[in-house]
Amino acid sequence: MLIIKNLHAEVEGKQILKGIDLTVNAGEVHAIMGPNGSGKSSLAAVLAGRENYEVTEGKVIFEGKDLLGMAPEVRAREGVFLAFQYPIEIPGVSNINFLKTALAEIRAYKNLSPLDAKEFLQLSREKQKLVEFDAKLVNRSLNEGFSGGEKKRNEIFQLAMLEPSLAILDETDSGLDIDALRIVSKGVNQLRSEKNAFIIITHYQRLLEYIVPDFVHVLYDGRIVKSGTKELALELEEKGYDWLKEEAREKEVSTT
Amino acid sequence: MANDNEIIDNIANKEYEFGFVTDIEMDVAPAGLNEDTIRYISEKKREPEWLLEWRLKGLQAFGRQKLPDWQNFELPAIDFQKISYYAAPKSKKKYDSLDQVDPELLATFEKLGIPLSEQKALAGVAVDIVFDSVSVKTTYKEKLKELGIIFCSFGEAVQEHPELVKKYVGSVVPYSDNIFAALNAAAFSDGSFVYIPKGVRCPMELSTYFRINTENTGQFERTLIIADEGSYVSYLEGCTAPMRDENQLHAAVVELIALENAEIKYSTVQNWYPGDKEGKGGIYNFVTKRGICKGANAKISWTQVETGSAITWKYPSVILQGDHSTGEFYSVAVTRNKQIADTGTKMHHIGRNTRSRIISKGISAGQGQNSYRGLVQIGPKADEARNFTQCDSLLIGDRCGAHTFPYIESKNNTATVEHEATTSKIGEDQIFYLNQRGIDSEKAVALIINGYAREVLNQLPMEFAVEAQKLLSITLEGSVG
Repeated sequence: MLIIKNLHAEVEGKQILKGIDLTVNAGEVHAIMGPNGSGKSSLAAVLAGRENYEVTEGKVIFEGKDLLGMAPEVRAREGVFLAFQYPIEIPGVSNINFLKTALAEIRAYKNLSPLDAKEFLQLSREKQKLVEFDAKLVNRSLNEGFSGGEKKRNEIFQLAMLEPSLAILDETDSGLDIDALRIVSKGVNQLRSEKNAFIIITHYQRLLEYIVPDFVHVLYDGRIVKSGTKELALELEEKGYDWLKEEAREKEVSTT
Repeated sequence: MANDNEIIDNIANKEYEFGFVTDIEMDVAPAGLNEDTIRYISEKKREPEWLLEWRLKGLQAFGRQKLPDWQNFELPAIDFQKISYYAAPKSKKKYDSLDQVDPELLATFEKLGIPLSEQKALAGVAVDIVFDSVSVKTTYKEKLKELGIIFCSFGEAVQEHPELVKKYVGSVVPYSDNIFAALNAAAFSDGSFVYIPKGVRCPMELSTYFRINTENTGQFERTLIIADEGSYVSYLEGCTAPMRDENQLHAAVVELIALENAEIKYSTVQNWYPGDKEGKGGIYNFVTKRGICKGANAKISWTQVETGSAITWKYPSVILQGDHSTGEFYSVAVTRNKQIADTGTKMHHIGRNTRSRIISKGISAGQGQNSYRGLVQIGPKADEARNFTQCDSLLIGDRCGAHTFPYIESKNNTATVEHEATTSKIGEDQIFYLNQRGIDSEKAVALIINGYAREVLNQLPMEFAVEAQKLLSITLEGSVG
């Protein structure tokens, strides 16, 4: 589904990603962990097409197509979804109206006609239930005045509504209390299928207790320095990142 | 539906049946403003002596008045002597087919979803519709007549209801009010007249769209609306389609009178030619609009969506004379390229327990300049008067400007006056967030803008609101890089 090859990217002339290789297949959940500033969120931003990131080398193939050549909205329509670390507030635009527009755009891209009001409402109810999203929030202005937890849950609700093939969750667990974390994880688990894939960016192993990944990668200084299965996350929890940093440095010395 | 549109179309394009137009089609007064011109206009319109005298007083006032100097823009030089103050409407259409019309204008029509026949009419193409609209128009008129509602041109009202016109004209906006009001009093061409009798709720939105040929809106329009005790009327001015007009200066006057327990809702969508990208050739829209809540419990509500004109300069106001009366002002003003808007409202609280509410949303893009200017005045007898003002500015890009000039004068210490103001920018973050959900940047901006203006758009009658929403999106198309 997603093939990232030797991806290099920079922001304002500063190199952030220094050669990422990653392959994600349908049905898989990949966790990306790593210390602060290692480039986790930058990877998410580059995949989603944020303007201020410049790709200097490498390529990203999504379902056989060159992802980096697409505008952000086209990537979204192709099926790339980013759950934002800090969801944006848009006053006066109702949550449901926004979703209706988004869904219609995505459907139009796939040559599907928009759902009629009744179908849309039905879908919305179904998905609200699936991810336990508060019906009261559905008609409010998009994220305006939502609590941190409500915003994150809204991301998962949108994810459920838009049904992307690849969902990137950028620190969705940050700022969530244990109950909200459980609800968010449950939502994600409900949405997991053989047809879609998840990239879960997180600091902590905690989230991975609820959403069990197939693979765990550790990002450090713009590179994936270690990959493994869920046991790697537990090892990190126990030992921290320092031993990996050490390993990475040694590796660098030996290669140069 | 197509039939409905054709009906509207046909009515809008019919030669003006009443008043002065048909019989003096070829007459044009020589340019210049003087007593002779005024006498000429008055005579052509077969006006009674008292109205001629009133016009002449307006002319004198005009001579005494100076152009204001307090506005937040440079007032372009206007040569009042170069304007022709009386011209019969053009009977000749400008084009023979749509192929000859500016493609940019046609593209806009397309986006607004204006039917083809209507497009032709608005662009000034000759339309031949073999369609009998007389019955439709009659039904419409009959229904209003049954209820005793008078809805006609100002000129017609002067002929048929002189007592009402005489009683109320100039009673809210006197001929000496300001230089443009004086100019209008002296030289007003025509306009609308509405009278709603006691206790009658007007069953439909009254719109000039039904009454006059849109091509001849007139340079110095005068509108007078009287809602008698316990009545209600909703009046719509303008339309969302772009209006091309040869006249550069528009100085209209609108007077609203709401008697005891009456309510007037006045909605405007203004989309006149804003000029080219350099601002050349656009309309100067200098309008005096004022209403009076004369009796207790009266209510006047102004709603405006201003997207056109090179310069918009107006302050729809309410005099809250009757106890417990209410004044409202809801406004969205958009400026882009080099457009200027200096607009707002005045709420004069005179009666006890009077209330006013002001919601102003300015949107500036390009090099547009947007000023909110408002006055809330609480008189010594206005016990327990209340005002709430919210005044928001939205900036798109970094070369535009938003300015706020709120004035509050209170002579009564039991009054409550609240003022809230915000200034924000459309953030790249907001656009990217919407992009990431599959929405392109144009649509994203449209969504954000409409969300921002929601509170005002909600005040418009349903169909108008939908059109206005589209208009806002189209107006700001291409504003975000």
